[in-house]
Amino acid sequence: MTLFLYILIMAGVTYLIRMLPFTLFRRQIRSPFIKSLLYYLPYAVLSAMTVPAIFYSTGDMLTAVVGTVTAVLLAYFKLPLIVVAVSAALTAFLAGLI
Amino acid sequence: MLSFLKVYDKLSWVIIMRNEYSKGILHGIPIALGYLSVSFGFGIMAVSLNIPIISAVLISLTNLTSAGQAAGIEIIAASGAFIEMALTQLVINIRYALMGVTLSQRLDGGFNTAKRMVLSFGITDEVFAVASSQKGRLSASYMAGLITLPIVGWTLGTFLGASAGHLLPESVTNAMGILLYGMFLAIIIPPSRENKRVLFVVLAAAGVSVAFKYLITFVSSGFAVIISALVAAVIGAVLFPVKEDAQ
Repeated sequence: MTLFLYILIMAGVTYLIRMLPFTLFRRQIRSPFIKSLLYYLPYAVLSAMTVPAIFYSTGDMLTAVVGTVTAVLLAYFKLPLIVVAVSAALTAFLAGLI
Repeated sequence: MLSFLKVYDKLSWVIIMRNEYSKGILHGIPIALGYLSVSFGFGIMAVSLNIPIISAVLISLTNLTSAGQAAGIEIIAASGAFIEMALTQLVINIRYALMGVTLSQRLDGGFNTAKRMVLSFGITDEVFAVASSQKGRLSASYMAGLITLPIVGWTLGTFLGASAGHLLPESVTNAMGILLYGMFLAIIIPPSRENKRVLFVVLAAAGVSVAFKYLITFVSSGFAVIISALVAAVIGAVLFPVKEDAQ
């Protein structure tokens, strides 16, 4: 029962965060500053989430660096999302065997 | 990613004459495949914290978010306070509010209140990245198609990881920890290559985030991400304002 309450709170808070701004926000934003902020923010969020966390993601920094270098190279050449992610994991795994 | 989407666009043109829902479904396939493998890791993590398989699946089905769920099951395992759970989710997931505002600027006229309330459930980092890279206005049909398979993939992967993950050796599950971050890199690097200003913001956010990790260690990781991202995006917006319609 307690577990169910935890899940309800998790799901409820997460849904409201998504739903309220998306549903209630109707005006077109005119401010160039706010527009620019909204344009840059998603990239900034993903970057801050990835660095430095990615180097701790495999439990071994050496294998994580190998996976990260792989992902950066493949992403630079615009390979699909899934190819980049799986290649990073695969090379990290292979580096762990050595 | 973008060239991949172009191929999909051509496919959808041939097969279904640009039906918006089908186009969304096609764009959602790579996201769903990525989620399948990432949520596999979440399933493994949940079971290792003694969370029942059915509950792990329920969490994925109702939350559809990686970082928030990972933090959430840690709190459940530690029997944390409900208010701690609510605040943690708020801080980690507040980025979806910003993404929601950004996407709200791009919706077409048929996107009414009910559709917004339902489809907002599917806003994730990857869905946002794909949706915001589309030219022109976003339709509700397209968004519905785009979020369908990612929800299925995220939930199914969690089930598979929770029920069969223990069969895998630790070396494999450790390596799978990098999947999510690999996906993030695949989203931010191509636009950074094309656009020096995006590259600047990406590097600035990473730099501030590193400073939080090693120098300003009293700030929790959730807050550190939000502050790092805001600082970088504000600097970007001040130094390099985006021209009209550049989005």
